[in-house]
Amino acid sequence: MSDHEKEIDEATGVETTGHEWDGIRELNNPLPRWWLYIFYASIAWAFVYWILMPAWPALPGMGTNTPGIRNHSDRDLVAASVQELRDARAETGQALINASLDEILSDQSLRQFAMAAGESAFGDNCATCHGAGGQGFPGYPTLADDVWLWGGSLDEIQHTITYGVRQDNLETRFSMMPAFGRDQILSSEEIRAVAHYVRTLSGLEEASEESHHGQEIFEFQCVSCHTEAGTGDQLQGAPDLTDRDWLYGSDLETVINTVYNARNSAMPAWGERLDEATIKALAVYVYSLSGGETNS
Amino acid sequence: MASSTIQKMGIDFSVLTVGLFVGVFTLLALLVAAWSPDPLFEIHGWISLLMGIVAIAAVCFWAAGLKRSKVFDPSAYEDTLIKWGVGVSMFWGVVGILVGFVIAMQLTFPNFLYFPEYGFLNFGRLRPLHTSAVIFAFGGNVLLATSFHVVQRTCRTRIAGGMWPWFVFWGYQAFIVLAATGYVMGVTAGREYAEPEWYVDLWLTIVWVAYLLVFLGTIWKRKEPHIYVANWFYLAFIVTIAMLHIVNNLAVPISPLSSQSVSLMSGVQDALTQWWYGHNAVGFFLTAGFLAIMYYYIPKRAERPVFSYRLSIVHFWALIFIYIWAGPHHLHYTALPQWAQTLGMTFSIMLWMPSWGGMINGLMTLSGAWDKLRTDPVIRMMVVSLAFYGMSTFEGPLMSVRAVNSLSHYTDWTIGHVHSGALGWVGFISFGALYCLAQWMWKRDRLYSAKLVEWHFWTATIGIVLYITSMWVSGIMEGLMWRAYNEFGFLEYTFVETVEAKHISYIIRSLGGLLYLVGALIMSFNVFMTAKGKTRKGEDDHVHAPTNDGLPAFAEATPAE
Repeated sequence: MSDHEKEIDEATGVETTGHEWDGIRELNNPLPRWWLYIFYASIAWAFVYWILMPAWPALPGMGTNTPGIRNHSDRDLVAASVQELRDARAETGQALINASLDEILSDQSLRQFAMAAGESAFGDNCATCHGAGGQGFPGYPTLADDVWLWGGSLDEIQHTITYGVRQDNLETRFSMMPAFGRDQILSSEEIRAVAHYVRTLSGLEEASEESHHGQEIFEFQCVSCHTEAGTGDQLQGAPDLTDRDWLYGSDLETVINTVYNARNSAMPAWGERLDEATIKALAVYVYSLSGGETNS
Repeated sequence: MASSTIQKMGIDFSVLTVGLFVGVFTLLALLVAAWSPDPLFEIHGWISLLMGIVAIAAVCFWAAGLKRSKVFDPSAYEDTLIKWGVGVSMFWGVVGILVGFVIAMQLTFPNFLYFPEYGFLNFGRLRPLHTSAVIFAFGGNVLLATSFHVVQRTCRTRIAGGMWPWFVFWGYQAFIVLAATGYVMGVTAGREYAEPEWYVDLWLTIVWVAYLLVFLGTIWKRKEPHIYVANWFYLAFIVTIAMLHIVNNLAVPISPLSSQSVSLMSGVQDALTQWWYGHNAVGFFLTAGFLAIMYYYIPKRAERPVFSYRLSIVHFWALIFIYIWAGPHHLHYTALPQWAQTLGMTFSIMLWMPSWGGMINGLMTLSGAWDKLRTDPVIRMMVVSLAFYGMSTFEGPLMSVRAVNSLSHYTDWTIGHVHSGALGWVGFISFGALYCLAQWMWKRDRLYSAKLVEWHFWTATIGIVLYITSMWVSGIMEGLMWRAYNEFGFLEYTFVETVEAKHISYIIRSLGGLLYLVGALIMSFNVFMTAKGKTRKGEDDHVHAPTNDGLPAFAEATPAE
């Protein structure tokens, strides 16, 4: 049926184009003016933007791209604003680095600055493992209590943060509990007996024949780090086994697992990633979460 | 002449060539299943082998029936294939929306359907399953089915290629099965919306070229002097997707027997290629393709002429010329040079009116028939899809402005924006077209129930509104929280605090997704009952639902110009 006659559409009074496909015809309406003018305006706006800002790849010998008459560069602006922030913080940051704990706690503005910086840095870097507010998770120590593996004074906390735990530097916190089962130092029965004894230390279970047997093994294998009373040693990061604070869990199977495989978890050395003032602020913040320990 | 000899033997040439491709596919599948040291590739080999054997059986069965029945009767339209398309589209639609609901729940309640020992239910595996299922499985099948329907009707000729359209259809389903099973097993190329690995990409390339040839062949033998606007859009979609797919997936397999590959490009070039692809998948798959649907089903259903021929020409060329440049707006404030960001942003702004051209042409086609919004819920669904289309194509340019993007980027605002386009525009125009096809292809006077279409419309619309408003709230909130500083210039909030703050929005989003899923289930039931030839008792039989009898007026045919 090829081209139809052009006809007038009854409902709108507009002429059709004369085409028809499967009963569908087309009206010969012009482009809506408002549509056309906004389209033109958006094109004009684009041209203005191209003139003002970096926009098109440039001809050879003229740099990488047209720089635009405003000579705008995001990268320069970012670098400048980062520098500006560094400058603004430099003075207080330096004061923080030099101050002792007592000075920080007694200086209202210094303490507020340290807490604000510490809280922010903690949220971005530490909360992933230690939880928001330092509540801790299995394997990741709670920082909001007064139990400290490596010492809870401001200086000790700062040292731990700076050098990390079991990292590749000379100052790092380091110790290595043997994997008593995996390395075949103790048999499975002996490990079970030790686990029973360890649990009696904090009153989780009553002394039994098995735990007495475990005690003999404990005194031979464990006391060099955990001490005879089982109270641990912060110099070696050996946990106190007499308290009710358990890093990996206190049920029998978990304790057996810990003795069998050892844990020896690690923490990054943040001194490689964060600046000195931020680490000091982090130490103050972490110290404040628990109340910390006084300098020994 | 070989083909005519073969035809005398009663075998169609297209059946032979399709059989050859399927045979090679099956043979390669067997080699992979037998020899691949990569266990995941081996599983894919077995799956492909199974699909290949079923396909060979189908081809043989078909070839045997050729003498008895005129399966490729040139004087009738190929509608059986379109019926399959309607059914498969509904199936993948429900699957894709269901997976979307599951991952929305996982974001809200992280332990929802989470089993550490089963990797395949992890969010990271299900997320690409959701996006690919709704975009490529649902959207792709809607595009296949409607394009085969529209190109036949508007060219007044049977679809070209004999068995080849069937190869395109089932080959595409094989692509979906390989892509989806790959995702849940952990086979991924790691490119957003282009996750399938190299061998699945190669297979899709073959299927897609066949699709292009079938479509072009049909246009070539058309019995109308002009090519209808819907076909311009379909053709732009098919050609551009072929180009995007091939360039973005250029990769070197680790070995012919490994499922893994390495991208040909690296660094910022790779990122820009990916977003050139990603953005134009939106532009040419989800916009151009579905505008083609709009240009046929709205005037056909409303029984009104298209508003403006001139507007359709101008906005078509403006849209396809400008869209292809807009990809860099996905990489604002990244390692991408600023000049490229400028181009991405300015072309996105210029894209605003060309996008709206389609909305105006669709909406104004209703001039003189606005009462149909009240009487025909299928028309209402398609008109509301245009409203969502207009909204999201305004929101898109807005979000491409660098200053706005610095707030919106990486937030849920982007998710909300995508879903106003996906649920509102792509979903509703597809549902409208599928309702039309369910009635027309099974030759019913009306759908099983117009009331159920009303129910579908309202549950889905409320679902969309809950979805996009909750994502605006959570997106803008988290964007503001990320950039909030305290009085000392330190960040005010940690990341986990922003996650916690979004919890209520996530609950509302999940509810919206659930409503949308319920709507799709209502629709599936309605389409199924329509296909069975039932009509719901107690509903007005006199509702006017336009029909499309499917009989080409071949007698009056004149050769193409």
